[in-house]
Amino acid sequence: MSEAQLSGPLPAEAAEADASSRPVLFLIFLGAACWAVLGSLFALVASIKFHAPSFLAAPAWLTYGRVEPAWRNCLLYGFCIQAGLGVALWLLARLGRTRVAMPGLVLIGTLLWNTGVIAGVGGVLWGDSTGFPSLEMPGYAAWLLMLGYLLIGLSGVLTFHARRERQLFVSQWFIFAALFWFPWIYATAELLLVTSPVRGAAQVAISAFYQASLGTVWLPLVGLAAAFYFIPKLAQRDLHSRYLALLVFWMVILVGGWTGIGNGAPLPAWMPAMSTVATMLLAVPLIAVALNVHRTLAGRWAGLKAEPALAFVFAGTLGLLLAWVLKMALAGADVRLPIHLTWLTPALEQLNTYGFFALVMFGAAYAVLPQVAQTEFPSRLLLWLHFWLAVSGVALMVVPLGAAGAVEAMRLQDPATPFMAVVKSSLPFLRASTTGDLLLLLAHCVFLLNVAGLAVRFYRPRAVSAYADATAELPLVEANP
Amino acid sequence: MNYGPLLFLAAFFALASSWCGFVLAPQLQVGRLQQTNTLSGGATYPVARSGLAQQGLQVYRANGCAACHSQQVRQSGTVCDVMLTEAGTNELAVISALLRLKCGSPLTETERQAVSTGAGERAPPVMVFTEQDARGMLTRLPQRVRQGLTKPEADAAVKELTAAGAKAQTWIVPVGPDIARGWGRRRTVAEDFLFDYPVMPGEQRVGPDLANVGVRLPDPNWHLRHLYAPGTYEKASTMPPYRFLFEKRKVRQEPSPDALVLPPELAPEPGYEIVPKPAAIALAAYLTSLRADAPLYVAPLTVAPPAAPATNAPVASGATNAAPGAPAAK
Repeated sequence: MSEAQLSGPLPAEAAEADASSRPVLFLIFLGAACWAVLGSLFALVASIKFHAPSFLAAPAWLTYGRVEPAWRNCLLYGFCIQAGLGVALWLLARLGRTRVAMPGLVLIGTLLWNTGVIAGVGGVLWGDSTGFPSLEMPGYAAWLLMLGYLLIGLSGVLTFHARRERQLFVSQWFIFAALFWFPWIYATAELLLVTSPVRGAAQVAISAFYQASLGTVWLPLVGLAAAFYFIPKLAQRDLHSRYLALLVFWMVILVGGWTGIGNGAPLPAWMPAMSTVATMLLAVPLIAVALNVHRTLAGRWAGLKAEPALAFVFAGTLGLLLAWVLKMALAGADVRLPIHLTWLTPALEQLNTYGFFALVMFGAAYAVLPQVAQTEFPSRLLLWLHFWLAVSGVALMVVPLGAAGAVEAMRLQDPATPFMAVVKSSLPFLRASTTGDLLLLLAHCVFLLNVAGLAVRFYRPRAVSAYADATAELPLVEANP
Repeated sequence: MNYGPLLFLAAFFALASSWCGFVLAPQLQVGRLQQTNTLSGGATYPVARSGLAQQGLQVYRANGCAACHSQQVRQSGTVCDVMLTEAGTNELAVISALLRLKCGSPLTETERQAVSTGAGERAPPVMVFTEQDARGMLTRLPQRVRQGLTKPEADAAVKELTAAGAKAQTWIVPVGPDIARGWGRRRTVAEDFLFDYPVMPGEQRVGPDLANVGVRLPDPNWHLRHLYAPGTYEKASTMPPYRFLFEKRKVRQEPSPDALVLPPELAPEPGYEIVPKPAAIALAAYLTSLRADAPLYVAPLTVAPPAAPATNAPVASGATNAAPGAPAAK
């Protein structure tokens, strides 16, 4: 990675790359922001049900078991994957000093993807959930999602192929692998779990494989691609070590997919054992990421206070490290400790999707969009407001959930404690986490406001002048006969 | 040299490894599971659920019940108990054998663990054991005389008792917090889900584990009332009411036999009744069909043999527990 490349390609090329992807990137991030807002609305409804179980219990579509997966699917497919694809496309174009290939494909793909998420989340609320965690969206939505992804992914591969800078930056490795990995795992899971399901408990293994492959391979690949690009870029440094980053790449793709099967799962014992070993091996990429980010930022910590985008990406990377530590702790725990089926599981999942991936994506969006629009965000204060809302929201959601899980695990261990007493002791924490959900809803609204504000700021002068042009011709037309 | 294709291949194999491990291999190993036989009596296990219960499984899926309820009992280990079934003729020898086995014997490692993790409502081992206790023991047979041993320890005890002319057996007993809580007799294994689609072992226990709810609560009417108003059974329940699975309707000529029997504060106004929709009835059938406690080769446990008939008349079929886990047996 040369110094020249980090300080950005030639302005003309950059402008060209950005102009080609401007409309689709705006569409992608606006769509993602809408899904984030909608998802956290569902999250809030689900969370309030712990204060009053009969809250919105009458309509079938708002029952907890439907709202909760609807929320996670909005977040995962509507926000995370969509925003991840947007950032990936921009990075491929920028790092390859080229333009996004066939933006029309991306446009159609994005529309299909969003239609797919609408159909999927609607299907879950309607009662068509598949019953597999993280894969609840029914089969008819899966076709749209798959097709949409393939179109966007095709454009990504073509963009990569058309690169003018032959030397690869590490982020390109990460993104290229991620582009191929999602259709692979999604097709596998859809075919073997939904279209022509395998028999019995093999479904449990494949479902766990899908969850791990998405949460511990795809999300880290895309999120770290962004982190390894934006952290040095925004701190105006070189990435400390390309080799450490590549070590992370190889370790994640090698062990990530193996990490899904928890101790005590109703499967042959070698599977949870393999999973535990693989999860422990995550220590290697964990240390490599921590070292790389720390060394890159060493001496430039002030940049975190100056630049909201950098603060977001850094906080997100920290979230990933915490998530991996928690994951290792959960995998290492003995079956005798009943911690695997407690609130620690959702705490880990939220830490991984919100605390890591979503935060990195917010930062990436704040770094990418001003360049694409060639204007600044209307209000820097709102960016910081978003940052503090999002970070405190994640903390106030994940920490209480983790505490609830810990209390639950400790008390479940003693069979003399009635189950209702266990529930009661974890309830105050669950109720506290509603605050986190509320803050995240506000954070997502601010994000939507910021992205929409920038879009308006960019398109309004053009719309006004276009309108002026259009209306200016009218007198001429009238004067003609 | 261009390493591109080589690196691409390497990445491909790295990604493919987990696919082979957790998609291909489980399909070859678990996906081809067949029905097996239970250890006691050799009944076929599992038996497919009834059609109604299978519909109920779909109601369970559609409403995301697995978001709050797991269906996996976890087991931290297996211990052995010594079961004395018959004293034989030489009572004195048996008593002295019992005394030798128990008196002053320190807790074994497994016993200590069983006590510390609270494994079982089974009584903690007696520390001081007198001849009187031993005599009393013989009056209540069959009786667990030692608990929480390892297999060799239990076998040695059985040998000693047998040498004294008594009849004794080694019993296999799974232990763990879930089992002690009464959520099941053994861990949940792949076989338990053989005929289910989708398989929903759950990720969380916001509510209790349901792997054996059909054993604990075999009455479908209990489930219907509970689904309608969970608060009637447990004031602080966090379970939402599932009223949309029921309908309130006018009583025609005579009340429906399916109508819920509700406490006065929940009962509808006179002339009306609450009737479960077909989905609720199916869901209750599914819940009562959840019985994953048959002793299997992969998850062994010893169950009590059927009580000896008082007469020489043949045992009535169904009175045995030959297939306690068979879901469709009801």
